[in-house]
Amino acid sequence: MSSIFPVSSDGLLRLISDVGLVLLPGLASADYGPSADWGLNLQRPVTEIARDILDLHNLILIICAIIFVVVFSLMFYALFAHRKSRGHKAATFHENSMLEVVWTIIPFAILVGMAIPSTATLLRMDDVTGSDMTVKITGYQWKWRYDYLDYNVGFFSVLSTPREQIENQADKGELYLLEVDNPLVLPVGKKVRFLLTANDVIHSWWVPQLGVKKDTVPGFINETWTRIDEPGTYRGQCAELCGKDHGFMPIVVKAVSDQEFAAWVQQQKELMAAADKTWGMEELMNRGKTVNNQCIACHRPTGQGVLGVFPAIAGSKIATGPIEEHLKIVMDGKPGTAMQAFAEQLNDLDIAAVVTYQRNAFGNNTGDLVQPSQVKGLRE
Amino acid sequence: MATAASTYHEEHPGGITRWLFTTNHKDIGTLYLWLALIMFFVGGAMALIIRAELFQPGLQIVDPHFFNQMTTMHALIMVFGVVMPAFVGFANWQIPMMIGAPDMALPRMNNWSFWILPFAFTLLSSTLFMQGQGGAPAAGWTFYPPLTVQGGIGTDFAILSIHMLGISSVLGAINIIATILNMRAPGMTLMKMPLFVWTWLITAYLLLAVMPVLAGAVTMLLTDRHFGTSFFDAAGGGDPVLFQHVFWFFGHPEVYILILPAFGIASQIIPTFSRKPLFGNDSMVYATASIAFLSFLVWAHHMFTVGMPVGGMLFFMYATMLIAVPIGVKVFNWIATMWRGSMTFETPMLFAVAFVFLFTIGGLSGLMLAIVPADFQYHDTYFVVAHFHYALVSGSIFTIFAGAYYWLPKWTGHMYNETLGKWHFWLTVIAFNITFFPQHFLGLAGMPRRIPDYALQFTEFNQISTIGSFVLSAAQLLFLYIVVQTIRGGNKATTQVWEGAEGLEWTVPSPAPYHTFATPPKVS
Repeated sequence: MSSIFPVSSDGLLRLISDVGLVLLPGLASADYGPSADWGLNLQRPVTEIARDILDLHNLILIICAIIFVVVFSLMFYALFAHRKSRGHKAATFHENSMLEVVWTIIPFAILVGMAIPSTATLLRMDDVTGSDMTVKITGYQWKWRYDYLDYNVGFFSVLSTPREQIENQADKGELYLLEVDNPLVLPVGKKVRFLLTANDVIHSWWVPQLGVKKDTVPGFINETWTRIDEPGTYRGQCAELCGKDHGFMPIVVKAVSDQEFAAWVQQQKELMAAADKTWGMEELMNRGKTVNNQCIACHRPTGQGVLGVFPAIAGSKIATGPIEEHLKIVMDGKPGTAMQAFAEQLNDLDIAAVVTYQRNAFGNNTGDLVQPSQVKGLRE
Repeated sequence: MATAASTYHEEHPGGITRWLFTTNHKDIGTLYLWLALIMFFVGGAMALIIRAELFQPGLQIVDPHFFNQMTTMHALIMVFGVVMPAFVGFANWQIPMMIGAPDMALPRMNNWSFWILPFAFTLLSSTLFMQGQGGAPAAGWTFYPPLTVQGGIGTDFAILSIHMLGISSVLGAINIIATILNMRAPGMTLMKMPLFVWTWLITAYLLLAVMPVLAGAVTMLLTDRHFGTSFFDAAGGGDPVLFQHVFWFFGHPEVYILILPAFGIASQIIPTFSRKPLFGNDSMVYATASIAFLSFLVWAHHMFTVGMPVGGMLFFMYATMLIAVPIGVKVFNWIATMWRGSMTFETPMLFAVAFVFLFTIGGLSGLMLAIVPADFQYHDTYFVVAHFHYALVSGSIFTIFAGAYYWLPKWTGHMYNETLGKWHFWLTVIAFNITFFPQHFLGLAGMPRRIPDYALQFTEFNQISTIGSFVLSAAQLLFLYIVVQTIRGGNKATTQVWEGAEGLEWTVPSPAPYHTFATPPKVS
């Protein structure tokens, strides 16, 4: 393309897009967050692919708009001028083969014109080679798990908007439904390869500003990539109906500098190696409260459960009785019910933390403290 | 034949047995249309529940699982209970009259094709009353596994219901093809047939081809759920994405099944009120056939994010973009029909013109969705919801209204109230756009589909959309009133009814006699 035209096809695309942006302010895209109220266009891109997609979108939209205006100007002219009440007499013509050929060929040519940049962008999106690191993303009902395959770091990422906000008992925060406990932290400027799968049903991992969306299919591994151009926090949502909390499993990506990323990885590794360390009550309670977010869908934020459906944690025999029974039910689940086995899903520290939390919150006040090493012991 | 027919039953049977046992195409058409109208309000009520919950962020009215039941049932009812039966109702009323035939080829099977439907919808709707066992199906009308495998007994009831609906459609399609191919009046060659008949002939072939595929897909779901198969379960060697392929191989032709009869109705109405023949009649036939053929080649454009090799994505992108060509040809031909005509704007024409204008918006957003890189941002967002509502509401529903106003005088012998008709039109068109146009922006801004609650920046457009939906729903009560009023009385309709109307149905009296064309007319 670039040998025929003085401008490369990408440059042309960007030119049309920028011109459009000037002429039609509505074509400007907004960042995520409350300033994006009344947003008319795609979100502000922070990767080259997202920028390509926005340009393509603006181009197709402009072409479609022009065609629409031209064609329907003709129709509206006819509606006004060729009406019986204005005395217009009907003509009798009813076919014209040349016209049929012309208005078949011209649209076809326009479509070919649209297909060329679309193909180029798609081929770029498909090229996963040359990546600097790999992150495995697993969709769960209803949360995400991120595993950094190069660093042996992994954790769950769960919606952190308080239930009271969802149930209209508290004012909604700015990031309502778009905040999580543990974001996916990535380095800026590095090509990150994603391997995507799911644990139960099909989910879809989507971050608009990165221009990435890929379904996560249980039993299969999908692949995509991104390279983030600027530091910042980018938010997305699950994009495939996955059950009752499909709208409540957002994605948060935090892009940081290389140094910050290295420091963060180090910090995560220390947390993962926590099983051998002795933990204090306050640390466990804080961490446990966060982990407990994964339990509240059924057991409720108050720990009261749902009568007849999900047992209460508050005042329950399990949460106030022998610690080992409590650990067992969290780790092994209860077959035949919705209570999953969390042994594979949570690490030793998280299991110890959530059990400690549940035994001391909701009025349980047992004073019990469970160490990660106890959990590790049960696994053997 | 006429004498044999009149000794067979009373000239005009009455009472409930008339409606249960009728083999008359006009009666059966009426039954289908009434079913569609009733289901329209049922499906519409579900839409109102959805829009009411989405009026504000937060969960106010329903819990997320019930919300998913509503989105699923709203779609199943609108697609299978409103649009398809309504078009079959038009087919039954109009096809025999338009081709000069006394009835459909298989009148008794015609009766059964209808009567399966109330039972199928009773079965489907009964799942709403099984909330203790999971309620109605809640995995979307697209029923993807593995999510569907988690569903309660409502899913099994829905699968059986879909089988029944499919049988009804297949039997109806056989009847339509047999009628059109065998019972045209002498002199009516295929290329002399009205376009409505052509579009239904092609639609009937689509139905025959794809309803069995849907039946296969939901049966595989049933066996995966209960009989130990693993078609869609990786652990047993299967693949959830296989379902998507099979479903959409049905699903894409299905949306053309939902729109081709609409194209046919528009092609009858626009020439009448332009007082000018349909422009490019032959091209319109070829374009319709091309659309039907291409519809089999594009199914995976519903699955671009599923993890497809790039060659596959490119093929489906090109094939999908190609469909814009014959659809564009049809739009140009309709406008060329209006061009230099002598137009008047009675209610049928208002709806037909609105259809051309608004359906094209749906078509253009469809073209945008075909562009794979862009689709990665649009897929499973409200942009898709906006697209298919522009295609299905201003496409199918508006032409159903148009056809109803157009042919009610022929069916009932009374003119409908033109002032009320115009009120219905303007309220509907304005409210429709208020409801669905903002949804394009919601999708672009990042709002996913099928969620009962959303982030704060989506609030304003959701509120506008909800307000539009309530006005839209209220306006349909006016339509119900107009229909009932017209059946019961009104200005007497002439034989031709509309100054520019042409075709065999406009040569029989209004109301059309119970039996028409007992002797076939000669067509020049």
